[in-house]
Amino acid sequence: MALATRTDTGHERRPGQKRKPPRKPSFIGSVWRSTIGKKAVMAVTGLIMLAYLVAHMFANLKIFFGPGDLNGYAHWLRTLGEPFLPHEGFLWLARVGLLASVVLHGVAAYQLSRRDLAARPRGYAHQRRRASYATRTMRWGGVILGLFIVWHILDLTTLTVNERAEPGHPYENVVATFSTWYGNTIYIVAMLALGLHIRHGFWSAAQTLGAGRPRRDRALKLAANGLAAILTCGFIAVPIGVMSGVVS
Amino acid sequence: MRLTLRIWRQRGPEEPGALSVYEIEDISPEMSFLEMLDTLNERLILRGEEPVAFDHDCREGICGACGMVINGQAHGPERTTTCQLHMRHFRDGDTIDVEPWRAAAFPVVKDLVVDRSAFDRIIGSGGFVSAPTGSAPEAHATPVPKPVADTAFEHAECIGCGACVAACPNGSAMLFTSAKVTHLNVLPQGQPERESRVLDMVGTMDAEGFGGCTNTGECAVACPKGIPLQSISTMNREFLRASLKNGGRGAR
Repeated sequence: MALATRTDTGHERRPGQKRKPPRKPSFIGSVWRSTIGKKAVMAVTGLIMLAYLVAHMFANLKIFFGPGDLNGYAHWLRTLGEPFLPHEGFLWLARVGLLASVVLHGVAAYQLSRRDLAARPRGYAHQRRRASYATRTMRWGGVILGLFIVWHILDLTTLTVNERAEPGHPYENVVATFSTWYGNTIYIVAMLALGLHIRHGFWSAAQTLGAGRPRRDRALKLAANGLAAILTCGFIAVPIGVMSGVVS
Repeated sequence: MRLTLRIWRQRGPEEPGALSVYEIEDISPEMSFLEMLDTLNERLILRGEEPVAFDHDCREGICGACGMVINGQAHGPERTTTCQLHMRHFRDGDTIDVEPWRAAAFPVVKDLVVDRSAFDRIIGSGGFVSAPTGSAPEAHATPVPKPVADTAFEHAECIGCGACVAACPNGSAMLFTSAKVTHLNVLPQGQPERESRVLDMVGTMDAEGFGGCTNTGECAVACPKGIPLQSISTMNREFLRASLKNGGRGAR
């Protein structure tokens, strides 16, 4: 800019005042501080959890092949990667990755939600129905899923709240959980919430990561609905199998 | 037409406001919404009452000055600006709610007038191309492919009215910012500032107190110029690319 047209730059120093060297912002810091960056963190962690859920759902279906298949699979998971990894090494790597994902996803969601609510301090007197049910329930649906994960781990991983549970017998423990009315209710409600969360979440993650294109929109929405339907049905098949006596 | 209007009245930025009810008769269905408000104001003045303050300028849908939330919808029931909305889209005897844009970044100045300077600061932080001044450059010196020119023009249509912010449940300015980022980042003239533009504009957008995007799509439905929702995805892509390339550092 030419000096003659230059106005106040806002950086005038008083004599004797030392100039501070400008701090170079780090990549991670600047991404986390921006709304788009935080959304990108949510998208990536969401996709990690989604990939895990797909594997988890298919593994669950082994229950329909009998106790040998499911219990054998559970044993294989613990010995996977040996002798390079210690016993249960792979399992713990996955657990740490998932814990980091769920914490980052939740913290980013909390901070963004607070920001969003502050950006619209006053609503409209004339309200009308906005957006789809899946879109409107992302926040509370996410909270429900978080609470479900805690119960699910206490029920089938640590076996704390599962009466009649025996360590090392996942097949029998699953049957025990789904032999109670509350076990079935909690699980099925949570899986319906999961379907809704994925329905909006998968498409939203694609948008956030910049994969959205006008011509690709239909395909992305179809993939989101398909994933949501397959995962919900695949997970709910297990309690229905136990309730109907196919699995016992 | 005979209408019942419930209009947000607020004397000043710090004053409390409320919806006031006005009965109005003899409204022609051919009037624009603003002409209907003009008629109301003329009658209010004759009665010695304070007229309703609202922003307007070109009244042909191209300047972006006017804008109010009509029955919960930014610019009302048609995809156009308030000045180009006509009373034939309402029925005789209707009750119409008229409110200002609601967003923390758009404080109410008076009645239906909000301060949209935050948009100007977003544009000022990167919504430009640097070019040497002097005589106009030869138009064919920089070739622009037709699809690129079309994309740029589609996004250059944004008039900065703020309907996207008003419609968004999070008071987010992502559609507005993405229109300008997409418009300039696809053009060859915008390449020198491609990274700093998106980083600085998003930085200003966040600093002004706009919310984040939750992909509800309300903004693109409300936009009188039809800026597509995918523009936000384009801006996200540009932002992540620029962050990786520049380490999150803009020009400022």
